Amino acid sequence: MSSVVDFHNVVAVAGGFPVLAGLDIEITKGEIVQLRGSNGAGKTSFLRVCAGLIPISDGDANVLGFDLRDDRRSPRRYIGLLGHDNHLYTDLWVREHMEFRAAATGAEAGDADAALRRLGVTDRLWSVPIERLSAGQRRRVSIASMLVGRPQLWLLDEPHAALDHEGRELLDEILLDAASSGATVVFASHERDLSTSIASRVVTLRGGRLSEDSGVA
Amino acid sequence: MTQVPDSRHMTATTATRVLGTVALVAVVLMGLLGLVVSPADVVQGQAVRMLYLHVPSIWIAYGAFVLTSFSSALFLFRSRHRHDGGRHHDRLAGSAAEVGVVFAGVTLVTGMLWGRVTWGTYWQWDARLTTTVLLFVTYLGYLALRRLPADPVIRGRRAAVMALISFVNVPIVHFSVDWWRTLHQKASLSVGRRPEITGEMYWTLLYSTLAVTIVASWLIVHRYRVIRLEELRDEEALEALIASRLREDEAQA
Amino acid sequence: MLREALLVARKDLRVEWRSKVTIGHVAPLALLVLVVFAFAFDANAGLLEFGAGGLYWVAVLFGGTLLIQRAFDVETEDGNFDAFRMSAIGAPSLFLGKSLGVFIQVVFLELILGPGVVLLYNVRIDDWVLLLASALGGTLAFSVCGVLCGVMAAGLRVRATLLPLLLVPVLAPVLLAGSRAFETAFGLRAEAGWTWASLMFVIAAVHTAVGVRAFGFLLEEG
Repeated sequence: MSSVVDFHNVVAVAGGFPVLAGLDIEITKGEIVQLRGSNGAGKTSFLRVCAGLIPISDGDANVLGFDLRDDRRSPRRYIGLLGHDNHLYTDLWVREHMEFRAAATGAEAGDADAALRRLGVTDRLWSVPIERLSAGQRRRVSIASMLVGRPQLWLLDEPHAALDHEGRELLDEILLDAASSGATVVFASHERDLSTSIASRVVTLRGGRLSEDSGVA
Repeated sequence: MTQVPDSRHMTATTATRVLGTVALVAVVLMGLLGLVVSPADVVQGQAVRMLYLHVPSIWIAYGAFVLTSFSSALFLFRSRHRHDGGRHHDRLAGSAAEVGVVFAGVTLVTGMLWGRVTWGTYWQWDARLTTTVLLFVTYLGYLALRRLPADPVIRGRRAAVMALISFVNVPIVHFSVDWWRTLHQKASLSVGRRPEITGEMYWTLLYSTLAVTIVASWLIVHRYRVIRLEELRDEEALEALIASRLREDEAQA
Repeated sequence: MLREALLVARKDLRVEWRSKVTIGHVAPLALLVLVVFAFAFDANAGLLEFGAGGLYWVAVLFGGTLLIQRAFDVETEDGNFDAFRMSAIGAPSLFLGKSLGVFIQVVFLELILGPGVVLLYNVRIDDWVLLLASALGGTLAFSVCGVLCGVMAAGLRVRATLLPLLLVPVLAPVLLAGSRAFETAFGLRAEAGWTWASLMFVIAAVHTAVGVRAFGFLLEEG
């Protein structure tokens, strides 16, 4: 049972639009998959369907062994999702936010500090309101909140956006670490060069379906 | 009520055409009985004729809101394994609420006119009228929620929960307003004596209730079908979109 | 469930502590409403004293609605509802936690409005126990109904107009009961204060039950 994501002919509708129109894909444990495709190809929707946030209206979908038609909630606790939004409480201080996120996922406050350090968010910034951080720093805090939950499946939507060069390398390193310790990573990114460095497989979506698949490396 | 229209693009079937004709005849007869045949009241004079619309309307309004609540509960808790995902319950809840709001409005207007004739003012903070106006606004809110552009399932759930909240609120509103007007009744508030309803008046009222019920059922059936047609239109548009996405995919492959 | 609810409430209060919206914006605005009522009644001391109970609850409704709006804007502005859906916190806990957070903020608002009413409208308090009990019941009812309606309007473009439309009819009995109970506590009416106070607790209990059961439907997108 090494298949983490297993989709057969999946159709998903959001806002009256078929965001996935018969998608077939299988992703196995430990892979790092990069999603490519033009705007509206279904990258974000694919991630949200995997996270159980968008219901499927046709086909078969299994994520982490859960059948999404029966149960879209149970897999969520093993999944980390980084969307377009950062999911931050901008009024809170960095550390307060992280403490809340850690507690909400059942982790310790110490894990929150470690995650922040890992993302290069220094102690100096911990007592600063999030709204005063730059876009890149916010993204780092957002990734740290995800790291705290120790997800088995990482779903990231344009995670490199807003990050500087150093931040991107740091993120790649973290994703590689996650994959080597048995987690599975799926991330959407336009930028090919950047990703080819860490992705073990590149999948291109078009019109809500699979268009190209480099296959498992 | 659940039967599918013969043609996909019509809201009428033979059954509802008959129902519509019956409704029309019933209303004409109701007009004759209420306005011509039945006598004027000893105390209230001609104003009593308003009763034949006022009383059936409030009954229909309450009945429709009960139907909305019941369908909403079914939609939330009993639609998981239905092949239509509970859309039927949702449509029924929505069409009943629309009709309920219309009849609550009729109740308010006739109630106020009656008040003008019997009390000399349009509004007297009568317990029933106050309760009705609160229910009227409650369900206007419910309909506002239904009109929002959103995914049908999400919208349906929000509306259904609102319907349940409104439903548990009906007795609360009713009793609180009732207590308000009885616990603290002042001398000025002696509600006009209700007419004694006997003989022809009694039968006219009973008949009017039946006639208005037929009209309301006919309206609910048609609203239900219009909502269903709207959904069919959206579904067809969606299927066309999926098909075009597939074609675009093949063309580029 | 209780632990998670407390976690959510503590987070909301911390957001308030950092942003100071209740104390900085809503409380002064609600006080201003009390002053404006005096304009409406041409500063007629008798009318203001007689209506003090009702005016108090109208001011609470006004300020509290803004607080509820704010409580959900915090969640929707950066996609935090998604984070909740992905977290281990269940919908009932979220409902109770948000309600508790709103409750404490509204209590705070009332601690400012209460003295405002006493001073501006020259009210004399006859029955402190009834006053506090009915304030507690009314605030509880307000919080749970508010959170229940608030989540329905959350994130929508029309939320600012939709929330009051949904909330006010649901809260009408609370406003009625709160006003009457306060009038008894102020010694303006002799009877039934406790009947009204208990009615508010019943309303709070009923809507808590509905919220715990139904909040999941509202949180889940599709």
